[in-house]
Amino acid sequence: MVAMPASIYLADRQYEQRVFQFRALIVALICLFLLLVLAVRMIYLQVVHHDMFSTLSQNNRLQVIPTPPNRGLIFDRNGVVLAENQPAFHLEITPEDVVDMEKTLSGLVEVVNVRPTDIESFKDALKRRRKFESIPLRLNLSERETALFAVNRHRFPGVDIAARLSRHYPFAETTAHVLGYVGRIDEEDLINLDQANYRGTNHIGKLGVEQAYEDILHGNVGYQQLEVNVEGRELRILEEQAPVPGDDLQLHLDIRLQQIAEQSMTEKTGAVIAMDPNNGAILALVSRPSFDPHPFVNGISKKDYQALRDSPVQPLFNRALRGQYPPGSTIKPALALAALELGADIAHETVNCKGFFKLPTDDRKYRDWKKHGHGKVDLHTAIVQSCDVYFYNLANQMGIDAVSEFLGLFGLGQPTGIDVAGEKPGLLPSREWKRKRYAMPWFPGETISVGIGQGYMLMTPMQLVQMSAALATAKIYQPQLVAALLPKNAEAVPITPVLKSELKVTNLANWDEVRLAMRDVVHTDRGTARGSSWGTKYEFAGKTGTAQVIGIAQDEEYDEETIAEHFRDHALFIAFSPVENPRLAVAVLVEHGGHGSSAAAPVARQLFDAYMKYYDVQ
Amino acid sequence: MFSNEVKFAEGESLMREIFRRLRLDPALFLSLMVLIGLGLLILYSASGQNGAMLLRQGFRLLIGVISMLVFAQISTHKLRLWSPWLYVGGIFCLLLIFAVGDVGKGAQRWLDLGIVRFQPSELMKLIVPMTMAWYLSGKLLPPKFKHIVVATIIFMLPLALIAKQPDLGTAMLVGSAGFVCLFLAGMSWWWMFSASVLVCAAMPLAWNFMHGYQRQRVLTFLNPENDPLGAGYHIIQSKIAIGSGGVYGKGWLNGTQSHLDFLPERSTDFIFSVLAEEFGLFGVLFILALFAFIVLRGLRIASCAKDGYSRIVAGSITLTFFVYLIVNVGMVSGLLPVVGIPLPLVSYGGTSIVTLLIGFGMLMSINADRRFISG
Repeated sequence: MVAMPASIYLADRQYEQRVFQFRALIVALICLFLLLVLAVRMIYLQVVHHDMFSTLSQNNRLQVIPTPPNRGLIFDRNGVVLAENQPAFHLEITPEDVVDMEKTLSGLVEVVNVRPTDIESFKDALKRRRKFESIPLRLNLSERETALFAVNRHRFPGVDIAARLSRHYPFAETTAHVLGYVGRIDEEDLINLDQANYRGTNHIGKLGVEQAYEDILHGNVGYQQLEVNVEGRELRILEEQAPVPGDDLQLHLDIRLQQIAEQSMTEKTGAVIAMDPNNGAILALVSRPSFDPHPFVNGISKKDYQALRDSPVQPLFNRALRGQYPPGSTIKPALALAALELGADIAHETVNCKGFFKLPTDDRKYRDWKKHGHGKVDLHTAIVQSCDVYFYNLANQMGIDAVSEFLGLFGLGQPTGIDVAGEKPGLLPSREWKRKRYAMPWFPGETISVGIGQGYMLMTPMQLVQMSAALATAKIYQPQLVAALLPKNAEAVPITPVLKSELKVTNLANWDEVRLAMRDVVHTDRGTARGSSWGTKYEFAGKTGTAQVIGIAQDEEYDEETIAEHFRDHALFIAFSPVENPRLAVAVLVEHGGHGSSAAAPVARQLFDAYMKYYDVQ
Repeated sequence: MFSNEVKFAEGESLMREIFRRLRLDPALFLSLMVLIGLGLLILYSASGQNGAMLLRQGFRLLIGVISMLVFAQISTHKLRLWSPWLYVGGIFCLLLIFAVGDVGKGAQRWLDLGIVRFQPSELMKLIVPMTMAWYLSGKLLPPKFKHIVVATIIFMLPLALIAKQPDLGTAMLVGSAGFVCLFLAGMSWWWMFSASVLVCAAMPLAWNFMHGYQRQRVLTFLNPENDPLGAGYHIIQSKIAIGSGGVYGKGWLNGTQSHLDFLPERSTDFIFSVLAEEFGLFGVLFILALFAFIVLRGLRIASCAKDGYSRIVAGSITLTFFVYLIVNVGMVSGLLPVVGIPLPLVSYGGTSIVTLLIGFGMLMSINADRRFISG
């Protein structure tokens, strides 16, 4: 009996232990089962879906950053740099590091010159950027600003000065109308852009050579594959493909001639173009006034842009390519050649010039520039003295159809095809044109004005120089600014001149007659441009022109002194030199300059002088 | 040759003797040391090769191991006597926290004792099973309804206090420890089933008591892709780390997810993902096998323990350890919601290491006492 409680106790103990052991076994099995679930889960993640997670992990840590290529340089024909990339200091902001953006911006305004437009474009850029990418606030800080900011830097966490390459044009205004400029890529550019190749590029050619040769100058973007952490900070470069810099360009332009052309225009408004008539190479192309391209590179302020745009002298307007003017008397040599070639009787007759011309059917008087007339004139004299009556008569006899067909051969009415964009086609009137334009027939009186390059007829300075070259060599080349592409590690690729057409002169004597008459315009006492040849050791041929801006009423007289400047006539001059084997053709236009002889011809003379000196022509 | 073998045998028995004298189970002790060593290795990588962090963790582990050795020396008899008093003290500390506790990460968990700051809730993970074992082991099996009610109150009281702090993870561990105690004490299957149904029924109720961030975690768990940059980010990045590790892993110190900061909490709660990324499936299976061994060894010690109290304490401690593991790994692999529960003995951080190792010290003691009796 005494042992009983102990045995019950022992039995209980054994029972308890058995129960526990059974339950522990169940728990162990559950544990193993759950561990198995975990193991299966791991296999599911690490084996079955390994590829997917691997890719995700790569995407996490890798970031491809574009490295923009260096833009190709632009040289003149002698290797003088016209467009280069200069290190410039930009003020850049990394927004992640900025504590209070508004406060930072307002603080920066006190230190450096930050304009409202800068802040505007900064905020635009803020919307479309990668994490931790810095955004330029101000481009091209001055040395003073750089120093001022450096002193105050501690006040602006997240703001820093970055050294970047910035486009720089050493000759600024002088080459602005030729080279154009690069500007920040805008919404419009984005439409036609190869976006992949322009990742990382901020600027694009907007005008001129910079625009026309954008593909060549830009080059190809490179990239850096970076390892980044969760915040997007760069840790190291894993892979790198260097960008391919854009090709350099060599222009036909001779910066010395360009400068002389610009200087000889002094304060005048107008255009000067010098072209090699043997291949279309443009040696100088000046449009005055010009503008400084650098504000456009760095982001021009609205105010400055409006000032330029609304300026009455229109510095942004490229007169050389887009200005369309009546050619005036400069059309006469071409007309004379037309008459000779067509075998018109008039070409070999003399005309008695009394100071005006009248159609038999009409009372209207077509006046000569010389009030009392030139007297008896033949073709030669008519060109030399620029007799209007002679050419009224000539055009009238030839008729508009012959005139416009032949002048078409000189490229009138069509763009010259120069290798930059924006050129205007001018206007070559014809019966068909008038019917289409005004739904009216051609009146005989209108042919008479065409005879002295007035009326409907319009030409750009580019077309003028092309006509001048055609008179010089009888060949019409496509004008060309760029001479060759200069790839970095390869042979230069010259651009072959394009011969657009040739004047089929049936009788060389006809051509000689015109050329010699043009020479006598310059080199004889009675020539309209006689003053401009004084003291030359070489010969050149030319033709002055004066284009009316306003119509003068029948009995009114044109008085240069009293007329307002902007109604004054345009002065023109076309020329080439030497007379035999011409090397240089020139066209000069001076808006409201008055007479071609006094305002335009001296400019050409200076160009020829310089050319002869530099190129050592006998 | 012969003498060498004798020497080896002598050496082996010397080791056995040392373990016996220190009241340690060699298999459990060695597997714990392997786990700790592996943990330090992973921590070194996860911390970004931070020597200072490694040193601090090493120091904690040292304290833990010393505590383990100390507790291995305390007989189960004494532990049993202390149990109710420890419980009363623990509840007092939990109440004290609401009065003077430090706020860390938006929850009151810490009690500053001047020299040490500690989390009483952490210790409750041990005290609750001890007290329940103390209470239940005196009763006849299977426990009667009123005993179950009392035992439930014993673990529900601290659970409620801890959940109020709020510390959902620890509350859950305390709850699971209590539940395990009841199960191991022989509560009938019918009661087990009823309790489970009750818990499930209580779930929607619990939702009402949850904090905003706790609800968010559950929602995020249900659909992590819904919120890839917010709360779901942790789970997605962790899965990427594990999955990209593949079979062989990216190699020690070469995990990109962890080293480039994509993986959040990578040296604490998400350290398992670092292991999975760097050591691959092989590393994962090895550490899971190691955990399995420790758990099975613990359950074996429990099964062989000398009395009901020891069995329940040993079993509960072992299973608490297992719950840590399953919840943590389940969380980092996207099987369970994100609850702040570390990977036991591996994750960087304070009180849980010491608590866990004290628990293993008790297991050692229970194991030694059994041998002492049978020997």
